[in-house]
Amino acid sequence: MKNIFSIAGNEARRIFVSPLAWAVLGVVQLIVGIVFVLSLLDYARFSEQAGQSFGVSDYIGGSVFGFAVIVLLLVMPLMTMRLFAEERKSGSLTLLFSAPVSLTEIVLGKFLGLLSFVFALLALLALMPLSLIPATELDLGRIAAGLLGLFLLMSSFGAAGLFVSSLTREPTIAAVGSFGLLLVIWLMNMLAFNDSIPFTAVFSYLSLIGHFESLRRGIFSSADAVYYILFTALFLWLTVQRLDMERN
Amino acid sequence: MDSEILIEARGLTRRYGPTTAVSDLSLTLRKGEILGLLGPNGAGKSTTMKMLTGNLAPTSGEAFIKGQSLHDAPTAAKKSLGYLPEQPPVYPELTVDEYLRYCADLHGIAKKERAAAVQQAKQSCGLTEVSQRLIGNLSKGYQQRVGLAQAIIHRPPVIVLDEPTVGLDPIQIREIRALIVELGKSHSVILSSHILPEIQAVCSRVMIINRGRAVYDQPVIATRNAQMESLTITLKRPPAVEAIQRIVGIASVEDLGAGRFRLVLAGGNDPREVLVDAAVNGNWGLIELAPEVKTLEEIFVELTSGDEQERKAA
Repeated sequence: MKNIFSIAGNEARRIFVSPLAWAVLGVVQLIVGIVFVLSLLDYARFSEQAGQSFGVSDYIGGSVFGFAVIVLLLVMPLMTMRLFAEERKSGSLTLLFSAPVSLTEIVLGKFLGLLSFVFALLALLALMPLSLIPATELDLGRIAAGLLGLFLLMSSFGAAGLFVSSLTREPTIAAVGSFGLLLVIWLMNMLAFNDSIPFTAVFSYLSLIGHFESLRRGIFSSADAVYYILFTALFLWLTVQRLDMERN
Repeated sequence: MDSEILIEARGLTRRYGPTTAVSDLSLTLRKGEILGLLGPNGAGKSTTMKMLTGNLAPTSGEAFIKGQSLHDAPTAAKKSLGYLPEQPPVYPELTVDEYLRYCADLHGIAKKERAAAVQQAKQSCGLTEVSQRLIGNLSKGYQQRVGLAQAIIHRPPVIVLDEPTVGLDPIQIREIRALIVELGKSHSVILSSHILPEIQAVCSRVMIINRGRAVYDQPVIATRNAQMESLTITLKRPPAVEAIQRIVGIASVEDLGAGRFRLVLAGGNDPREVLVDAAVNGNWGLIELAPEVKTLEEIFVELTSGDEQERKAA
């Protein structure tokens, strides 16, 4: 357990001393910020006409978090690509492999380190809707559900990216690979709309996006949370298997 | 030689697809021994070291560190292990201090002792002046030293160094050699090198690997006191060849011209004293008498190139 935190601490430090993390945080904040302001303006105009049929948390939170998902889909592969690929390329992976730590500890440590970045990103995103608190009454539960959904989604992206990163020694290939993988799982949702394909229900259930939709709307269902946790656990387990194979 | 066995490898074999990188390699290393691994490029030195440090699983065979199997109890075995691979495993974006603290932490050094361990490792490897520098900004030689510091920071009983002096300046090489000798007194060290005098200066045992097989495994003393097989002698006023040939223990004489002779010795004889006496009595004007000893280099060339010829013939 101590080893996991040592590795996670080091990983977090390496993420935050690199300019990449700050560039990503900055760009995401800028883009989502623009969307936030636009939807705020939209809502202001819309509420004058239509009265109070829509809550501000619903409208702002929903559009900001919904848009953030797309940005994060593009950004997470950049954050995960280095985790194993770069270390393998530079040879520093040997340090972990020769240290008295197990493969599971290595994988969990790296994943936890990545989560520290996820938390920073989520905190910045949360600031946007929360900045409305002095001006209006927010449905905090709804925003919390949205944030939880984003967190679970990003954990899944992160775990999948970690796995792809463990497959190769080129960070760029890891980024392209995990982006492709995420998009494919995402697009399974599309198959669900096509009635000519059998088992549409299965595809729609397996898609990453479907489970986020309800959380974004403020509905917390444990089935959705469990889906993301299982997804994350599966890819972490695959990463351990992959690293074990590498020694053989 | 009844001290504790720290490394034991039995029948290590590693195949990469159809090519065999290392085949049936066994070695034991006791406390206080320094083993030098020698071999031409691609002989399997690095592969052997990777298997001994748990970075690579052997296709067959087993390795034990301090009695713990690397296969069955990897974390316990790796506790007693420090490894410097060919490429120093450093993070360029961290400072030397940050990096070494992390390494100490990974190897389970308690928080209280960490600062002292980092300090000691930096001192041993001459890093105190660069503590706050980013590793990525250091020269290759300094990065190598950081890699070495990482391998010894937890004072492991077994230290495996893959070409530890590559990229260092001559003064640093001497310091690192002295450090290795110092470490070798209380730890077991395996190091690989291309520099034969380095092996001779530092190691207590030499193993030569060629095409994945251990072809030579002897104490370094043996290479120093190798059997004298011939002598060169230079005489100002040389006598007839027969006069030299008559001396006991000399199998044949070869005239090299200008008063130089090469004397091939009959097994195990040392006729130097007799030769000097004869030279004085006969007023030959002895100015040089040198034994021709088989050096480590010759042993190395003989063992590794002989194979090459065999392969060509086949």
